[in-house]
Amino acid sequence: MEYFNIGYLDTLSYKDTFVHRLDPRIKILVSFIFILFVVSFPKYEIAGLMPFFIYPVFLLTAGDIPLRAIAKKVLFISPFALFIGIFNPLLDTDVILTPFGISVTGGWISFFSIIVKFILTVSTALLLIAVTSFLGICEGLERLKFPRLLVIQLLFLYRYLFVLLEEALRILRAREARSFGKRGKEIKTFIRLISILLMRTVERAERIYQAMLSRGFRGEIRVLKRHSLRPRDILFALLSVMIFYVLRNYDIVSFIGETLRRSFS
Amino acid sequence: MHMADALLSPTVGGALWAGTLGTIIYCARKLKEKMDEKMIPLMGVLGAFIFAGQMINFTIPGTGSSGHIGGGMLLAILLGPYAAFLVIASVLMVQALFFADGGLLALGANIWNLGIYPCFIAYPLIYRTIVRQKMSHRKITIATILSVVIGLQLGALSVVLETKMSGITELPFSTFLLLMQPIHLAIGLIEGFVTAGIVIYVKTLRPDIVDDLEGVKALSSGGSLKKVLVVMAVLAVITGGAFSWFASTHPDGLEWSIEKIYGKPEIPEKENPIKENLSKLQGKTALLPDYSLPSKGKEEANPSWPAVDPGTSLSGLIGGIMVLVLIVIFGIAVKYMRKYKEKT
Repeated sequence: MEYFNIGYLDTLSYKDTFVHRLDPRIKILVSFIFILFVVSFPKYEIAGLMPFFIYPVFLLTAGDIPLRAIAKKVLFISPFALFIGIFNPLLDTDVILTPFGISVTGGWISFFSIIVKFILTVSTALLLIAVTSFLGICEGLERLKFPRLLVIQLLFLYRYLFVLLEEALRILRAREARSFGKRGKEIKTFIRLISILLMRTVERAERIYQAMLSRGFRGEIRVLKRHSLRPRDILFALLSVMIFYVLRNYDIVSFIGETLRRSFS
Repeated sequence: MHMADALLSPTVGGALWAGTLGTIIYCARKLKEKMDEKMIPLMGVLGAFIFAGQMINFTIPGTGSSGHIGGGMLLAILLGPYAAFLVIASVLMVQALFFADGGLLALGANIWNLGIYPCFIAYPLIYRTIVRQKMSHRKITIATILSVVIGLQLGALSVVLETKMSGITELPFSTFLLLMQPIHLAIGLIEGFVTAGIVIYVKTLRPDIVDDLEGVKALSSGGSLKKVLVVMAVLAVITGGAFSWFASTHPDGLEWSIEKIYGKPEIPEKENPIKENLSKLQGKTALLPDYSLPSKGKEEANPSWPAVDPGTSLSGLIGGIMVLVLIVIFGIAVKYMRKYKEKT
């Protein structure tokens, strides 16, 4: 189950490379701007998107993230985009290209455009967490003036995620041990199991609250600030956004292709 | 029904992020005004509970396939709308980051679709109204199922509207709607039934938990502000939608003016740089490329992709492959440089 892997991306974030050391605020903002640039391409664009692979490739290689970890996740997830996208080839059947005598319809082009955009945006989101760590993201969000309550919420959620996953696993194991085949998975049993998990959760929250009180909790949680903006952070941000802008506004792909084609013919 | 970045246009995604962010800030303020400190750990642990709860599966009656809970409405019932919205937002954020469910731009849309409707429409307008006088088991069941179904229907409708407004899919509006709504009706009925079961079961076993939670959420029953918020949120989405409508008419005007100058809707090949820039501009502003009524006929008359010339497309192909090769080389170089640096 993919939930077991949730800690893996976070372990990758403990590395110490150039991109890991960047200020989380910068990484969040640059990644978001990157995604905006990618989705701003019109729906029949494929070639123009290719240069944008440079950003995820940079995060991947400079951050020393194994390609397999990201590729596997990208392949696995969100069938929704593909599910919606696959209708384009069926519905948009106007032939708009005939390279080497093969007729290509607009639908296939827009479908592949969706896939390329999907790979770019999803891999960037995964790489962001892999080179920043969840705590880093929370720190970044806090310093980007996201409401503190939301940041605290995220920190709590992450902290107790693994505890509760183990609790759920114990419940699942108990169900397995007491049932044959498909039995034990009826809605009635399910409601009881999940209610028990819910009650244990609420009781745990009560205990946590007591523990917090006894350690001097006064309604405020401080988030550790580990990063500060340095010149290299600003340089990275400026350079990245400039590159995105150039790649978006100048058709480098056609230029390279045209030059190559001319030089060969 | 998670939205994906690849299906969104920047305007639609941005408008929904703005609406979502506004609601998050509003909820945080509202909670801060008068919050029981107890809520802080409770909210956090309940967010983790949604993840853990999704690991326990059940057999969907009649189909044999298995499902799990979504939990949005359950949170709204247990925590009240403001806290529930923050918890839903945090759950979706973790999903977007660790599983890349959707992506970072689509995250705004996802929080909107799965958070706003259960918390600020289904909960106050349906659940609360039905359960207000008396909390009998029957009333809880009816109220819960109804609000889950309506919340999910609105969410699914939003997904359709957002995708359509972004202009990426070719699916006709009605077909898309017919595809999404019935599936989510079925999902909603099951989710509603399960959620009602959980609320009742917890209430019978540990009434103090439910009562306690209700005492905490009593603070969030202020009515008029909620309406203001809903109106504001709806306005935000409409503005976003309207903006992309207007934006889409812009390139037509440009094309029209080029037509006047050259007698053709596109600039002749020779003046490549200008054409390049203009078509880029069109690409940037055409947020609804063919979202007008007779879509097929219009497309034939006015092809939205300028590069029909096979020569241009061939260089696009060669260039694209070349760029990818260069990026791979770049990646290898960065990797090599990093290793070299580590050694020294």
